[in-house]
Amino acid sequence: MKKSRILSLALAGALSFSMLAGCGGGEGGTANTPSGNSSTPAGSEETTPVSGGSASGTFKLGVIGPLTGGAAIYGTNVLNAAQIAVDEINELGGAVQFELISADDVHDPETSVNAYNNLMDQGMQILVGTVTSGPALSVVPLAYEDRVFTVTPSASGDDVIEGNDNVFQVCFTDSNQGSRSAQYIDEHFEDVKIAIIYKNDDPYSQGIRDNFAAEAETRGMEIVYEGTFNESTQTDFNNQLTSAQSAGADMIFLPIYYTPASVILTQANAMGYEPTFFGVDGMDGILTVPGFDTTLAEGVYLLTPFSADAEDEATQNFVSEYKSRHNDEIPNQFAADAYDAVYIVYEAIQAAGVTADMSNEEICDALIAAMGDLSVVGLTSAGSEMTWDDNGAVSKDPTAVVIEGGTYVTP
Amino acid sequence: MKQNKKSSGGLGQYFKQMKTANKVDYATYLGVILAFVIVSVCQSQGMLNRSMTGMLVPICCYVCMAVSLNLTVGILGELSLGHAGFMSVGAFTGIIASMSLQSSIPNPVVRLVISLVLGALLAAVVGVIVGVPVLRLRGDYLAIVTLAFGEIIKELINCLLVGYDKNGLHIALNIDGTKTVQSLGLREDGFAIIKGAQGAAGNERIASFTAGFVLVMITLIVVLNLVRSRAGRAIMGLRDNRIAAESVGINITKYKLMAFVISAALAGAAGALFGLNYSSITAAQFDFNTSILVLVYVVLGGLGNIWGSVVAATVLYVLPEALREFSDYRMLVYAIVLILVMLATNNPVLRGYFGRLTEKFHRQPQAAAQKGGVGHE
Repeated sequence: MKKSRILSLALAGALSFSMLAGCGGGEGGTANTPSGNSSTPAGSEETTPVSGGSASGTFKLGVIGPLTGGAAIYGTNVLNAAQIAVDEINELGGAVQFELISADDVHDPETSVNAYNNLMDQGMQILVGTVTSGPALSVVPLAYEDRVFTVTPSASGDDVIEGNDNVFQVCFTDSNQGSRSAQYIDEHFEDVKIAIIYKNDDPYSQGIRDNFAAEAETRGMEIVYEGTFNESTQTDFNNQLTSAQSAGADMIFLPIYYTPASVILTQANAMGYEPTFFGVDGMDGILTVPGFDTTLAEGVYLLTPFSADAEDEATQNFVSEYKSRHNDEIPNQFAADAYDAVYIVYEAIQAAGVTADMSNEEICDALIAAMGDLSVVGLTSAGSEMTWDDNGAVSKDPTAVVIEGGTYVTP
Repeated sequence: MKQNKKSSGGLGQYFKQMKTANKVDYATYLGVILAFVIVSVCQSQGMLNRSMTGMLVPICCYVCMAVSLNLTVGILGELSLGHAGFMSVGAFTGIIASMSLQSSIPNPVVRLVISLVLGALLAAVVGVIVGVPVLRLRGDYLAIVTLAFGEIIKELINCLLVGYDKNGLHIALNIDGTKTVQSLGLREDGFAIIKGAQGAAGNERIASFTAGFVLVMITLIVVLNLVRSRAGRAIMGLRDNRIAAESVGINITKYKLMAFVISAALAGAAGALFGLNYSSITAAQFDFNTSILVLVYVVLGGLGNIWGSVVAATVLYVLPEALREFSDYRMLVYAIVLILVMLATNNPVLRGYFGRLTEKFHRQPQAAAQKGGVGHE
């Protein structure tokens, strides 16, 4: 009986303590933010968002992406490249400066929302993210409500930009990737029999497959086999590969991420099956999979807007800077997307003439207005200019590369 | 006698005569209410940061999940590894209900309640369907089948296409992978709610912390009252000794099913609340890992210990976020903390230490009670 009294005391204590601890954190959080927020009223007296005014101040850019876990290569590439772009811009010494903050979302929508809230506590003004589509679908509506201007380097889902006027993509949407891949294959390969292996519990994979299949059908291309897998079966593809082989497929379209793709390449090689593999941007990173024999990736095609061996000066500078900072690691397309994303934000800020002491809403509205007329040449646009439609989808030239000698080569 | 005289108030006396178990129950309610009040006050004063505010609803959901799983694992004594499956059923039912009632019931609170109830109902139905054959199994076999069940639910929802237009709901199962949203044949004004593997996106977020608190309270009231009831004693009886329970005429199937279905229904309601807290939900989120996560909450909180589940779910949900400063080593630190908690709660030295502490605290009143207390129990 007595024991229970202690117990109840301890329980009530523990509960209220844990909640109070949360409150304590809250106080800390709000104590931090005023530096960004409370200055708003003072600064905004004179700053009704006038287009073409002089942009100035230090903007807080937030990056949300998978820095750990299965898709970590994407997140770390994005973060590293964004850091390079931010450092370059800060070195220019112009009126516009950036401060980069980041949070890990483990490629999980639930965690991503927490990561977003965490960054908002740190006073994020502009979001460069999220890196992957699944989390983006959860985060973007929040950013829309909070009026946080968002440029996503690589969340390619169609729903990511749909109905959200504050979100702009640097990469192609899934529907574009699917149809562009079909277009490319149709134009460059004659009479191929195509097999598709896709991950049917992944919106990204399913979305590209649907659009690829639709485009292939209108073009009269021959799809002889479709195999699916999911998160829990992505370690063994012998079934799918055998079926594809017996269906006579001489090209396998893989709208999937690089980790399962590396398994497919290894197992196809083990069974002596040598079709042409064609991937999309998720295939980017295949050369950096630990323990994967990269010679197996020779001859793999992938639709990517960026290849690290491109001759132009901007790409060369970026790649050498990236390599010098990160143990000679070659940046992938996600890195280039993120680098472009930061510069797009920079250009938009210049064009809109916003200042860092404006509220998020003022910044967001001004930048959205500026994006309509903005055109940026970046690493990922193959020399063409990137422009954006009202929806936030990018328009630029697609390119495909083939892996030869361990690097991407334009075929 | 002495003691009774000292605190002659009616309430005090009532409290003294109450059983230990009841006291713990009331303390649990009180703790949750207290936590809710404190957090609400903090929130209204703007003392909560966004991270904390954003986590409130998921915390409530996971508390419900943990408490309801504790009913199966701790009270009934059957290891279930498919609890996320019920959550998934509830989440998607809730979303379908909420989205399709959007035009006819504009009030979000009413819609939320309807969605939760429907989520709970459907999860209960699924619970019965799964429970009837599965509960004939014991031990590891039950664990394996529930695990498979969770995966089946995930796969089914991955194939599920649901849309809504004026004519009502359109549902299709995309088993062979050839169907898309277009095959639903929606009218112009219709919209897709669940798009197979892409899950449900663009949902209206109508879940609130208050709703979460109410759900936690309902879950606690249901579970605690069940446990202290005749049925609850029967359930625990067949957990402790099935043969003995059977020999005194306890209907094993009935009580097992009762606990299992109630557990499923509560998980369904928690899932519905969870689903309505995010603008996009995919079936893959409710995988085996989620089931294990909830099981970890239950085990670390203590099997059969309801308030333990509440505290464990809260603390362990907040922990990974609180550890963000460790950046890349976050999950490593999280794992270490889990191991330490496990070791600490089972360490005989620490237990002895805490035991002595409580003893010291008790000694005096206990001595008094021994002197005067004869007809106490």
